[in-house]
This record gives sequence, structure tokens and C-alpha cells, in this order.
Amino acid sequence: MEYLIGIQGPDYVLVAADNVAASSIIQMKHDYDKMFKLSEKILLLCVGEAGDTVQFAEYIQKNVQLYKMRNGYELSPSAAANFTRKNLADYLRSRTPYHVNLLLAGHDESDGPGLFYMDYMASLAKAPFAAHGYGAFLTLSILDRYYRPDLSRVEAVELLRKCVEELNKRFILNLPSFSVRLIDKDGIHDMEKITLTAK
Amino acid sequence: MALQDLCNFGDIFQESVGTARNVTASGKRKSCSYASGVALSNSTSLFHFYIPEAGYLDESPIQFGQISTMQSSSGIPFPEMLPIPSSLPESLPFTSSQAVPLPFPMAHGTTTLAFMFQGGVLAAADTRSSCSGLVACPASQKILPIHSHLVGTTSGTSADCALWKRILSRELRLYQLRYGRRLSTRGAAKLLSHMLHPFKGTELYCGCPCFSGPSLFYVCSDGTRLEGSLFSVGSGSPYAYSILDQGVRWGLTVEEATSIAREAVYRATHRDAYSGNFVDVYHVTSKGWTRRTHETHMPRFGLHPKYNIQYVAESTHC
Repeated sequence: MEYLIGIQGPDYVLVAADNVAASSIIQMKHDYDKMFKLSEKILLLCVGEAGDTVQFAEYIQKNVQLYKMRNGYELSPSAAANFTRKNLADYLRSRTPYHVNLLLAGHDESDGPGLFYMDYMASLAKAPFAAHGYGAFLTLSILDRYYRPDLSRVEAVELLRKCVEELNKRFILNLPSFSVRLIDKDGIHDMEKITLTAK
Repeated sequence: MALQDLCNFGDIFQESVGTARNVTASGKRKSCSYASGVALSNSTSLFHFYIPEAGYLDESPIQFGQISTMQSSSGIPFPEMLPIPSSLPESLPFTSSQAVPLPFPMAHGTTTLAFMFQGGVLAAADTRSSCSGLVACPASQKILPIHSHLVGTTSGTSADCALWKRILSRELRLYQLRYGRRLSTRGAAKLLSHMLHPFKGTELYCGCPCFSGPSLFYVCSDGTRLEGSLFSVGSGSPYAYSILDQGVRWGLTVEEATSIAREAVYRATHRDAYSGNFVDVYHVTSKGWTRRTHETHMPRFGLHPKYNIQYVAESTHC
């Protein structure tokens, strides 16, 4: 099962996702990237039903880019999140709803960093930290315990590492590596992948 | 799009209408039996088609056989075969269609695999076509050339695979004629994945590692599209994966790669009831694809190797 996590700091958002693309009991890919770059400072992390994730995420991605082409400026993270949620809601009661769970992370010049939690029921919540997947059951309490709004970047990565180690210890599925990215006023930065050896 | 001409989909895809009956009422043409399973049953007795139970006649093709469970990338095992597994740890979301069980169990009885190495891309597949417990054909083709440099392996319903292979060939050829260049593998995989998207949930056609030149993609009817260097699809795929993971490296020679591919399929056919008979091996390079000869160590009709009955092998052709 897939796992997404996001932690918002005072001027950045740290996000991570596992790298496994699985089909039934088989891991088909070990280095699959679940993050979609919507714009220079917005990332969409997308998990859920197999084809829906890519289709929906690419649809949102292309529409956000179209907005930029038409209007000359980019959507803010809050606007992009609400646009995404609206699309989820519109398809929810159609014959083909998208079963996807999303985290949208971005940095706005005026509003600062933002992390938005969305799920397949088209709910939207701005949260200081969030997680999706079965792993969330194991890691949300760690985040509750150690999160502070003024975490430094190093501390946030440490907190992320704590969560991942807990998954490695208690989660029955093997999630060997996680891609990590950080968004701040300078854009999206790729950080070092967290890989875990066997426990 | 061309699909609409093929099966009169313009009518089916509208929100308000969608039953098979409407399709037959509106069009005189004998559309393909997928779109209107009922239509041909009323035609002359030259055609005798399987008529599904009455409950399906009001279902639109999109909802036909749609499984209510989500095909999530869950590590929790569920049976390859239908019907719907009864215990899932996660509470199911509501879906747009109610779970209509399929009229007959569709099998993905196959072992196909493909991997990249320094000498190009190698694809191998077994040749058994099964139909819920019966071997329908012991010498079927599961690797279908799409054009001179692109080959697709198939698993799932044979008829659907053959149809989609032809649609893909046609669309690629049209692209080539319109734009003067061949569509890349990545583009072909994306095209196929988007063409299959409306049929998501109908267990249509699972897994098509298609490759040309040095790239390999896995496309599935549930919408998955992955790029990679080693894939195996079908009911025998776990067995094949374990053999391949041990031996496949980039630096293999063509002979070594062929033998490990054969070994993997053979081991999978040994364990999986729905795979068997021969092994087809295709090798794709920048010059095109070649088909390797059947080797006689692969027993025919499941005879033990020591009996080793020799049959005339297929010839290699480009």
C-alpha cells in the first residue's frame, strides 16, 4: 500500500512518497515517482487506484499549466488545491469517479507555505502535517507528538526519518525507499532519497 | 476518434443513454459484439453468440463486468481470478456502478515477460490459451508484432488483445503517415493507455509490455503505465520474476538472455496450471524484431522432457 507524507514548516513544505509501484502482490517498479510538478512551486502527490492516479494528476497538471499560458501568471497553491478538489467533486457522482488520495504542497509569495490534504471523497483541508495510506495510522501520532510550527528543515527531515523508521519497523509491507522533496520560496528542491535496509 | 467509428461509441458514451439496446436501435450496422452483445443474437442464425444473462442486457458496456473493488497497488494478496474478494481490509468506496459479476470467469492464464539488456530487448511468452480449465489452444501467439520495431506481448482475453493490437497498429501507422515519423514507444504506450481508459474496470486486457529500440513499457487495462527494464505479466508472472531477478543483468549475451527467458517461462509453466506448451521468444534490436526458434527441450502437451518427442520447429523469420 502506498504512503504519502507532508510536513509544513515556517517557510517551507517537506513532502515524501514511497517509490513502489505494485500490482497485486508483485512490486513492478522500485523507483516510481508519485509526485507531479504542477508549477514551479507546487507539487501534487497522488496515490490511489492504478490508472486513475496518473490520469487525474496529469489532467490537473496540464490544466494548471494552461492557466499559466493563458493568464501569464501561475495559480497559487490554494487556488490549485481548490481547483483539484472541484474536479474531484465533479467526477465523484459521475459514472467514472476518480479514486485518488492527494497531497498538494506549495509555496505562495504572499501566503507562504501550504499543505493541502485531499481525498477521494473530494474533501479538502489545509493542514500543518498530513499523511495518506495505511502508513498514516502508524505515523500520525509521531507527527502529533513531535511537530512544532517552527521546525527547522533539519528537524523536519529528522521527523520524517522517524516516521519512515516506524514504518520499517511495524508496517507489514516492504517500502524500501522514499523520494523526498522540499518546496520553499526558491522552488522545488530534490532531497536525498531515504532508503532503509532490512530491519 | 477512430474508436467511435469502430464500435459506434458515440452513442454509448453519452451520459444519458447507454444501454446495448439503444445501440442496436440506433444503428443498422452490425457493430462489434463487444459493444452490443445483444444485437447479433437477433441476427440470422449464421452467428451463434453467447448471450449473457438478462441482468446484463441493461448494463452499458462501460459497466459490464465492472468490478467494484479498486485495483489498488495493495500489497495484500487477492486472487488473480475473479470474482470479487470478500474481505478487504479497507472499507470500499462507493463506485459508480454496482458490482455486476461477470457471466463467466475471465482468466489471465499466461506467463509473459520482457527485459532489456545490452543486446536490445527480449520478450518471451508461453503459448497456452486457456478457457476456464480447458486448454483452448496449445500454440497461440501471445507476442504480436505491431510494426517492424515494436512488439507487444499480451495477457488477458485473447480476443481483446488481438483487437487492441490491431487498433494500436492502425493508430501508429496513421500517426506515421500524418506526421512523417514513427511514434516513440513512450508515445505508443501513452496512446494505448489513453485508448484503454474508457474501458477501465472491464477486465479487458491486462499487461502489454511493448517495446521498440531500447525501451520497455507495461500498459494495463486498469490504466497503469510504467516504464522499466524488466516486466512479467500474467498468472505465472511471480514464478517468472523470481527466476529473472536472479539472472538478468545488463551485460548478458543474446544467447544467455534467451536461455534465461526460456528458463523463466518454463519454470512458470511448470508451476502455473494456466501457462504451458511452447515458449515464444522475440528479440528486438535497432534492426527490428526476430523470432527465435522453438527449442525442443520444451515438451509438447506437457510430456516429461525425457520423452523428448521432436516436432518440426517454427522457422525464424524477420
